[in-house]
Amino acid sequence: MNIWLDFFIDSLAFGATFIYGSTGEILTEKAGHLNLGIPGIMCMGGAGGCLMLNLIGNSSLPGFLVVILGILGSFCAAMLMGLIYAFLTVTLRANQNVTGLALTTFGAGLMKVLMKKADPVVYLVGPKQLFRFPFAGRTDSLQRLGVLFFLAVAVAVLASWVLFRTRVGLNLRAVGESPATADAVGINVTRYKYLATMCGGGIAGLGGFFYIIDYMASQEAYLSLEAFGWLSIALVIFALWRPHLTILGSTVFGLLFSCSSYIANIPGVTVTMAAKPVLKMLPYAVTILVLIITSVRNKRENQPPASLGLSYFREER
Amino acid sequence: MEKKLALQMRGITKRFGPVLANNHVDLDVYQGEILAVLGENGCGKTTLMNMLAGIYFPDEGRILINGEEVVISSPKDAFDHRIGMIHQHFKLVDLFTAAQNIILGMEDHGRYNLKEVNVQVSAIAEKYGFHLDPQKKVYEMSVSEKQTVEIIKVLYRGADTLILDEPTAVLTPQEIDRLFAVLRKMKEDGKSVIIITHKLNEVLEVSDRVAILRKGEHIATVQTAETSEAQLTEMMVGKKVELTIDRPEPVNSTPRLFVKHLNLYDEEHVRVLRDITFTANGGEILGIAGIAGSGQKELLEAISGLQPLESGEIVFRNPKKDRPVTFFHKSMKKVQELGREHAFHDGNGREVTFEGMSRSAVRKLVESGKVLFKEDETINLRDKTPLEIRQLGVHLSFVPEDRLGMGLVGSMDLTDNMMLRSYRKGAAGFLDRGKPRALAEQIIEELQIVTPGVSTPVRRLSGGNVQKVLVGREIAYAPKVLMAAYPVRGLDINSSYTIYHLLNQQKESGVAVIFVGEDLDVLLALCDRILVLNGGAVTGIVDARTATKEEIGLLMTKTESREGGEAREE
Repeated sequence: MNIWLDFFIDSLAFGATFIYGSTGEILTEKAGHLNLGIPGIMCMGGAGGCLMLNLIGNSSLPGFLVVILGILGSFCAAMLMGLIYAFLTVTLRANQNVTGLALTTFGAGLMKVLMKKADPVVYLVGPKQLFRFPFAGRTDSLQRLGVLFFLAVAVAVLASWVLFRTRVGLNLRAVGESPATADAVGINVTRYKYLATMCGGGIAGLGGFFYIIDYMASQEAYLSLEAFGWLSIALVIFALWRPHLTILGSTVFGLLFSCSSYIANIPGVTVTMAAKPVLKMLPYAVTILVLIITSVRNKRENQPPASLGLSYFREER
Repeated sequence: MEKKLALQMRGITKRFGPVLANNHVDLDVYQGEILAVLGENGCGKTTLMNMLAGIYFPDEGRILINGEEVVISSPKDAFDHRIGMIHQHFKLVDLFTAAQNIILGMEDHGRYNLKEVNVQVSAIAEKYGFHLDPQKKVYEMSVSEKQTVEIIKVLYRGADTLILDEPTAVLTPQEIDRLFAVLRKMKEDGKSVIIITHKLNEVLEVSDRVAILRKGEHIATVQTAETSEAQLTEMMVGKKVELTIDRPEPVNSTPRLFVKHLNLYDEEHVRVLRDITFTANGGEILGIAGIAGSGQKELLEAISGLQPLESGEIVFRNPKKDRPVTFFHKSMKKVQELGREHAFHDGNGREVTFEGMSRSAVRKLVESGKVLFKEDETINLRDKTPLEIRQLGVHLSFVPEDRLGMGLVGSMDLTDNMMLRSYRKGAAGFLDRGKPRALAEQIIEELQIVTPGVSTPVRRLSGGNVQKVLVGREIAYAPKVLMAAYPVRGLDINSSYTIYHLLNQQKESGVAVIFVGEDLDVLLALCDRILVLNGGAVTGIVDARTATKEEIGLLMTKTESREGGEAREE
């Protein structure tokens, strides 16, 4: 019984990485920008948060303040990356794909440099318990759902509410669908694009922070982060550009990822050495399958924003 | 009654790089009037109005509203000054409902409540006599419905001045009448309406005053009641223009293309062509009328081999030269029989019937090679590739909405675009650039294309010149069937007449011309027969010499509701 619960909780917790990444990417894509820099941004979000904890880890600040400052550090570092992306693609109208890829390489590299400067004892060993709820300490598995997990769910639900239930969301979606239309009705297209890209970047960054400090809670965690950035982008398509659906998608992905480490513990199941790599391959194979399945749907509402990837210039004819 | 000035433009100048789009233009608009802004393409009508709508900002000049000078630097400023513009290319988000589009970008007054907006939208629609379901998604709408959304969007924002850019370009005659009725209601309501157009009949029908622009300059503003079509054209073009389209009588009209029971489904398995049957004759212009998206594009693409057919046949008849009769294929008996049926001639226009001739005399005559017959080749295009179809002489000069979308490559120059049709020629892998260049030069000269040279990218030419390049190239390869879709869309009077003239030349040289048009007046004046498409089916083929606009308009729309509903369900 306990194995199944552990398996599920672990998958849920792992999924939070993707919830942040995908929600951030959805916000950006809804403004018409395909940000392939998300892996790099998540890396920088992780680095930013860890460096902030490194700075305050030894101080006598109260626990909740440490948590908040850590989150802020992560968010701001990732938002800066979003700002670079926005400046290049919105103001200078650089090619979005190239900019994004460059940003990923840049972010992943810079993170490795920065993380070498940080002391794992200070940023990790001390603060990591602060991100867990003390009352959830009853069982091993439930405590894994910490502050950052619930924040991820809240952010995804809030993002959906803003996008589909408010005027700001309507305007933002209009910018991504047809910037010329949005412009003609007096929406400040540039401002919306900047805001969405920066907020999206910041949110995605939290995913990296969560992965290093909470889910993995190890000093080597940052080395495996980049791949999950790519999966977050793929998950956007799975979630049909709806942030609340990323919760579902992330859980499915989480299950597939955790599957290889839990399956051997299930009574009556034996896993040969040869089967292990196959199990580890599962999430990626499913990603490809999902991409195939989702690309054959043709309902208008489930398509990417119409002007995704296109720069907007008002006086262009 | 003295009318109050609503809006004044004084000395407005706008430059795009070295191009002077508007040169010190003055314009007055009164309350409760419909002002038409008339001019050829590229004369600066839309640019001028875009400055009122806040899309462009004038380089010089002043704009006054109710006597006070204002600065309009963004679309939002324009709305704040109660000016609303309905653009030629609708600015709507396809994925949103009508109501969502209407409130888009509005400042937050109170809660975001779509239900309330739906009610308000319906109220405005009712007041001016529109029909609109506020909850319908824009991508499900017809062009006319989309226009309605645009107009209500502007009204919802409380606009007193409405600017409509070419509002009738995409509407059927019935829809145009409805639109004009709405505009008159707005005028009675005290609103100022500005319509940008280059169609004279509409100017005369609906406007109170006309402002004429030419090459960026304001030529004159006249009372509509005191002017005439000829006077307006003269002011617009700067010289007297013959406003009648020639229609030479078809000579030697022979069937060229038979389309039989053609059915076609699109990628989403929606039936786009229903049992289409018609014949196109050489030496004749066959017009195709229909509301945009009734299957015109698919039909032409099917004929040129770009669409896989569901069922049906397209048979191309290729008349061959006279061939001498031989006994190789036919027996003596058969030859005599055919002779009696008037199948043979002697090459000088006289029939050879073998009447009163003995078998040996017949044999002698036939073997001397002096008995000729016309051999026709009939080819089913269904099994041919687009390239083979082209080589047979079936040419598609398709001018879609996006002028550069099909047929020309925008970033390539004129010579290279000529080569798109001749790249297979030339020796051993090397391209022959000489002939395409000569062809480009010839087309530039014959069609008076305005371009700095043959090495200018086509994208940089104006719309009219782009179309001339495309049509010119297709004609240069001596087609037998020439299909032209919307070849004059968006062209000014002069360029349009050049294109009509080209089509007529082709017709006179025996080409079967298929002309898809949107302006019924032009279709009626230019074509010999008009085929009307409606929801992918042929609703009638009429004689253009006797048919009326109303008749065709009805054929275009008559089963619309049934077809429309069915299409949406699928």
